[in-house]
Amino acid sequence: MITFAGVTKRYPDGTTAVDDLHIEIPTGRITVFVGPSGCGKTTSLRMINRMVEPTSGSIAIDGRDVRAQDPAVLRRSIGYVIQQAGLFPHRTVVDNIATVPLLLGWKKAGARARARELMELVGLDPEQAGRYPHQLSGGQQQRVGVARALAADPPVLLMDEPFSAVDPVVRTGLQDELLRLQSELRKTIVFVTHDIEEAVRLGDSIAVFRPGGVLAQADAPERLLAEPVDAFVEGFIGYDRGVRRLSFFPARLLDLHTDAIVGEGAPIARAREVARSSGEPWLLAVDGERRPRGWVAARDLERGAVGSVDAVGDLDLVGYGHVFTVATDSLRAALDAAVLSPAGRAVGVDEEGRVVGVVAQTDLGSAIWAVGTDDAPTTRPVGRNG
Amino acid sequence: MNILLSFWEWFGDPAQWSGAAGIPARLAEHVGYSALALLLAALIGIPIGLATGHTGRGGFLTASLANIARALPTIGVLMLVVLAAGIGLLPVMVALVALAVPPVMVNAHEGVRGVDPQLRDAARGMGMRGWEVLLRLELPVALPLVLLGLRTAAVQVVSTATIAAYVGIGGLGRFIVDGQARREFDMVVGGSLLVVLLAVLVTALFALLRRFLVAPGLRGAATG
Amino acid sequence: MGDQPLVRWDWITGNLVDPIGTRLLEHLQLSLSPILIGLLLAVVLGVACARWRWLYPPVFTGVNVLYAVPSIALFFLLLPYTGFGPWTAIIPLSLYTLAILVPNVVDGLGQVPDHVRQAAVAMGFSPLRRLVQVEFPIALPVVIAGLRVAAVATISMVSVASLVGLGGLGQLILTDGFRRQFTTPIVVGITLSVLLAFLVDGVLVLAQRLLTPWTRDHGAAAGRGSARRGEGART
Repeated sequence: MITFAGVTKRYPDGTTAVDDLHIEIPTGRITVFVGPSGCGKTTSLRMINRMVEPTSGSIAIDGRDVRAQDPAVLRRSIGYVIQQAGLFPHRTVVDNIATVPLLLGWKKAGARARARELMELVGLDPEQAGRYPHQLSGGQQQRVGVARALAADPPVLLMDEPFSAVDPVVRTGLQDELLRLQSELRKTIVFVTHDIEEAVRLGDSIAVFRPGGVLAQADAPERLLAEPVDAFVEGFIGYDRGVRRLSFFPARLLDLHTDAIVGEGAPIARAREVARSSGEPWLLAVDGERRPRGWVAARDLERGAVGSVDAVGDLDLVGYGHVFTVATDSLRAALDAAVLSPAGRAVGVDEEGRVVGVVAQTDLGSAIWAVGTDDAPTTRPVGRNG
Repeated sequence: MNILLSFWEWFGDPAQWSGAAGIPARLAEHVGYSALALLLAALIGIPIGLATGHTGRGGFLTASLANIARALPTIGVLMLVVLAAGIGLLPVMVALVALAVPPVMVNAHEGVRGVDPQLRDAARGMGMRGWEVLLRLELPVALPLVLLGLRTAAVQVVSTATIAAYVGIGGLGRFIVDGQARREFDMVVGGSLLVVLLAVLVTALFALLRRFLVAPGLRGAATG
Repeated sequence: MGDQPLVRWDWITGNLVDPIGTRLLEHLQLSLSPILIGLLLAVVLGVACARWRWLYPPVFTGVNVLYAVPSIALFFLLLPYTGFGPWTAIIPLSLYTLAILVPNVVDGLGQVPDHVRQAAVAMGFSPLRRLVQVEFPIALPVVIAGLRVAAVATISMVSVASLVGLGGLGQLILTDGFRRQFTTPIVVGITLSVLLAFLVDGVLVLAQRLLTPWTRDHGAAAGRGSARRGEGART
């Protein structure tokens, strides 16, 4: 655990970068410092490895004051990743990664072997070991940066806007990679970003800073989205926090209807009967393996409109849009599928893509209303839209 | 300290301030040789540098020529030309111009080459012809570097023009040579300090030129 | 000089070892020492200037004023102290290289990206180690670019030392050539001086390729620009 106790950083020109910060950063979790520029989030991060010394207050890692150690020794036990990666342009990828082990006095062969292990861990092609940083893409450079920070297996990892300089697609990939790594490594990670989306995606807990270096709110991401403490936090989180909060609730909470589903081979008369008994305005046609085929409007089944068609599958079906996976997706994904569906209904499928059931926008509304008062969501966003 | 003191005595002696061997006359000779050499070097170096920079051709040739000229021992050139053409202005000019052309030429070339290709494209896009692009865009943008080249050359020429004394045509070098021959070190120091002062003056002059000639938007570049 | 040919080959073949070879070796020694001494001084001064920025303007002005002092004058002024020994040439020539090398060392160190320096600090590099293992290697291409200019300039300047009676190819030019009104030694002296300059320049280019493999496919231009300073030789 990293403990900030009344930490203040004031510069000689009178500006206060960090103002009386009290926060506990739990071991083995990702804590995100987020806020607009000039809010002291980076300064706070850099005080952990003594790149910046506090004016007053103290910082302890597992109860031990960071100032009790020689800064260089302390820093070798803390991984550090920054925006431009900070790779040494004159060293190859493998030697960049081996930097800290070599500083710690490892033998060159051992350090390099460790570096190669890490390249694999962060998803770098071993063929790139002998390359120089400028020969890599931005995303690859960041992977090297992360590998280098992990090389000596430090318990603590500080990450200062590490993914801000890469394009959005690569950034999402790197974020996924970080979560995957963290599920294996369980490091104590402090992650600084100005992007609230990134904070929500990565953080086990989020500390929102306001300009002037004051901590505004520190909470689990879902709590933050549900109950911002004040207008500043609410404004910083953004207008669609309600929808984003749905990411924290699994779609399996939904009641799915199965009574308005017909096989594509069923005769029109059978479909009319299903429509009448369920009272649903839309029926979902499925194939022999229960995969979705498309929507049929109940009123289109009236005698005159059908013409000479015999089976449901021969009608002009309305496209079913995209589906959500019941077991792994969030309410947000289900809502999104329903909003985009021409029938106003979302199709829930299992992992093989077979239809589990459908849910109408109106039913989603009541489910969302129900979770609004639910205090026990998951701690992590669910599924791909998280 | 005694060197400075004796220099001051020498400098303050009214006898040094008149006649064909006095400070004003020697200074005038020195400035004259330097200015002439710089002018010739500019006339040779700037057009070549601009042309190779503008066309993008001959850059390698320019660089190689500049390298050879830079590696030439000035004393050797001076003496060779003296033996070939006799004592006089010519050997001094050949030696000084050979010294001054490389920085002038290379900087003019680099200055034009360094113009942002987008600017060049924009100029062409507005319908400028090749020479118009050179005069209205490339030359003004390259001017700070052209001036830097001229300044570098000027300082070297001023300092090296002392060799004129060796071929008997005066300049501040006479004080150095005569002082050495007569074992009067105050004279050697006096002559050298005058050369240094002249070089500092030249540097200041170029700073002033830069202020007046370079467009305000470009002054950030190539301060060197 | 009458109808004497510019170059008499028989003189060259007859004097290949002495004086030509001897003078060439002297020239090499008289020029390499100032380059090395100048480099050492420039690194010390450059590191200090990069560390304490306020130091740079006065140092920059100082080395440039030194550069403007005519070399003959410095040679003469040192004679009473150092006599006709090599130091009379080595000291002034070392000082001249500073005008080229100090700015290049400072610029080279200035090219170390701030994030790289930060990363080094954050990984637990001590200041000295950071300087030696991170900042020097990154500055190297720019420093070598300056070293090339300084080397060529020094090699061509050494000849002036002959005017105060020191050795080197200048002696070939002055004593064997000029004083005897004989062009062959002058041409030989000039040619060898230029060739020596090119040779040393070539060695430095090679050294740069070997020492900075990371610049090979993109950093060829890394040292440009800075090499413009102090462009050219002088006497």
